[in-house]
Amino acid sequence: MDVRIPVGSWIESGIDWIGDNLTWLLDLLGTVWTSLYDAVEWVVITPPAIAVIVVLAALALVARGWKFALGTALGLAFIIGVDQWDNAMSTLALVLVAAGLALVVGIPLGIWAARDTRVSATVKPLMDFLQTMPAFVYLIPAIAFFGIGVAPAMFATILFAIAPAVRLTELGIRGVDREVVEAGQAFGATPGRILRQIQLPLALPSIMAGVNQVIMLSLSMVVIAGMVGAGGLGGDVTKSLSALDTALGFEAGLSVVILAIILDRFTGAFGQKRGLHLVTRLRSAAASRASSPAAETEKVPA
Amino acid sequence: MNDDTIALRAEGLYKVFGRHADEAVIALHRGTPRDRLGSGTTAAVIDASFDVRRGEIFVVMGLSGSGKSTLIRMLNGLHNATAGTVEIGGEHITGIPAKRLREIRRARISMVFQHFALLPHRTVLDNVAYGLEIQGVAKAEREAKARKVTRIVGLAGWEERLPSQLSGGMQQRVGLARALAADTDVLLMDEAFSALDPLIRREMQDQLLELQAELGKTIVFITHDLNEAMYLGDRIAVMRDGRIVQIGAPEDILTNPADDYVEQFVQDVDRTKVLTAESVMRKPRAVVHVGAGPRAALTLMRDEQLAGAYVVTKDRSIVGWVRDRDVFELVRRGDKDLASVIRSDHGAVATDTALAELFIPSLEAALPLGVLDTRDRLVGVIPRVTLLAALGGEPEAAVQAAPRPDPLPTEVVDRVLEAAVGTGAAGAKEAL
Repeated sequence: MDVRIPVGSWIESGIDWIGDNLTWLLDLLGTVWTSLYDAVEWVVITPPAIAVIVVLAALALVARGWKFALGTALGLAFIIGVDQWDNAMSTLALVLVAAGLALVVGIPLGIWAARDTRVSATVKPLMDFLQTMPAFVYLIPAIAFFGIGVAPAMFATILFAIAPAVRLTELGIRGVDREVVEAGQAFGATPGRILRQIQLPLALPSIMAGVNQVIMLSLSMVVIAGMVGAGGLGGDVTKSLSALDTALGFEAGLSVVILAIILDRFTGAFGQKRGLHLVTRLRSAAASRASSPAAETEKVPA
Repeated sequence: MNDDTIALRAEGLYKVFGRHADEAVIALHRGTPRDRLGSGTTAAVIDASFDVRRGEIFVVMGLSGSGKSTLIRMLNGLHNATAGTVEIGGEHITGIPAKRLREIRRARISMVFQHFALLPHRTVLDNVAYGLEIQGVAKAEREAKARKVTRIVGLAGWEERLPSQLSGGMQQRVGLARALAADTDVLLMDEAFSALDPLIRREMQDQLLELQAELGKTIVFITHDLNEAMYLGDRIAVMRDGRIVQIGAPEDILTNPADDYVEQFVQDVDRTKVLTAESVMRKPRAVVHVGAGPRAALTLMRDEQLAGAYVVTKDRSIVGWVRDRDVFELVRRGDKDLASVIRSDHGAVATDTALAELFIPSLEAALPLGVLDTRDRLVGVIPRVTLLAALGGEPEAAVQAAPRPDPLPTEVVDRVLEAAVGTGAAGAKEAL
């Protein structure tokens, strides 16, 4: 038995080829990612910590109510207390940018897959591959392409986290009641209009569940990102691992947990009929107040 | 029938799902049964042709799997026809660009869905205005119109609610209002009332008929419920296994089913509500002319073995009825005028009276129940046996079982007639 399939070397030569021939593309991506990251990090790290906490607590209040707002404020205060604020904000920036990019690519891909079964058939195994491949493996080409720093972390995170965005968008749109879509068609709506006014709004809970998962998967990549020099909480976890520093490791680890809970509750709120729907409710409440009281008292038909 | 009266025309429509659709159409056209098309090929609609007249409710009736839902979806292009053509108002909608098809849908044809298909995140008013919004009507105008239509369907005061806050019947009113607001000539209704409770369904059917009487839309209505089809339809197309097996007025379908399938199907229908006096009436065996003398009348009744007869004028307008015994008395007394014994309580009914409403009049009438047209002319009679036979589904059976309501013995009548010869009562006999 001396048969060996040289898959590894094929992939390696493929990746080498990309590294050699698509340098301009990789440079461009690296620059864009890094500057996006820098911009977002600047936004969260420049103001005093207390200001950021107030803003986030206020958002939490709108999204879910006072309990969540209080929890958010306490959690963030704890992060300051263990002196991980700057790291946490770097990680937050990394997660937001990576998840944002994954969504920007993933949601349209999901929409496309929902409209075309051939695309769906191609995308599905690809997504299975991306999600199940051990995340560390992505780091190897990532470093080959981008060196160390934020860009390779971003590359690995996007690949690892994109699948739920595509899957749940496709699932959500395919799950929209066929008759409602037909109603749009029957009244002469264009496909774009049906997508905007019917499919996306009705698929929103599913899409938001995808957003939630993408963010959670991105966050789970921070430690790995720390290994390629992206810094943040992951950097401290990696550092404490090599130095066997239990205290530092747990402080950074608990900060990750707090960030994760806050982000999860935020995006979860949008998935349930709250948050975004708050706007709708306020609007319809205002409308019914505006309508004449005479109409309200009219006899209710069966 | 010229083209102006045709709102929608389907010709040779086929819909085949799966592989080798075109070959399947050719095979079906040659007469291959649809279960021999091979796996992976399903013929949903086979060679459907029909015209829908302007202002008519055309019902397509069939069990699930008969292809009726597919058929209605071809009428507005939601499904592409595999073969055949559909014309709406003389314009082909098969094989045209998607953009043109959308324009036709906006302007000419709207649809009501089985499960309402409302946009759950929009208010009732916005749902009703949806068709207008797509047509590009300005916001203020479409809301005003939507408000009006919402009121027409009886949902005033519910404009700002979300569909989920409404009951099923009310949601379907929104669906109906949305289709009506779009103001198209043709309305497709796909099992529109099937998901509703029986009582609500009946209410919606009545409301549809009321609206239809007012608006005069052309409606294609799909249903699996024959009673609903009979109640709503001006004409009914019965579908089975993808083919239309019969098209006709409800009474045609009921009285002359095209095949065993339709016949079996219509067995469960409540005939007394669908059939009318006109469809079961017989020719009167004999009527007495009002100018005829008693002798002629009695002769007629003797010949026809009748115990009484309706009296009509020259143009057959009804005057009343006479009993043979009364006329007998007149003849014996030598009286020459029938007028004194004509009874006016004839109890005749109109031609469009439903069978269900004939039973009591039929019991109360001494003679076979008379049937009058709109100008009070006696156009037929319904003997009780005929009524019973019609209920049993075989009106023809009544022909053999003609009524014999105990007339005077012939010898007695003969005697008095002979005795009266010479008194000179001349008259006309009119046997129809």
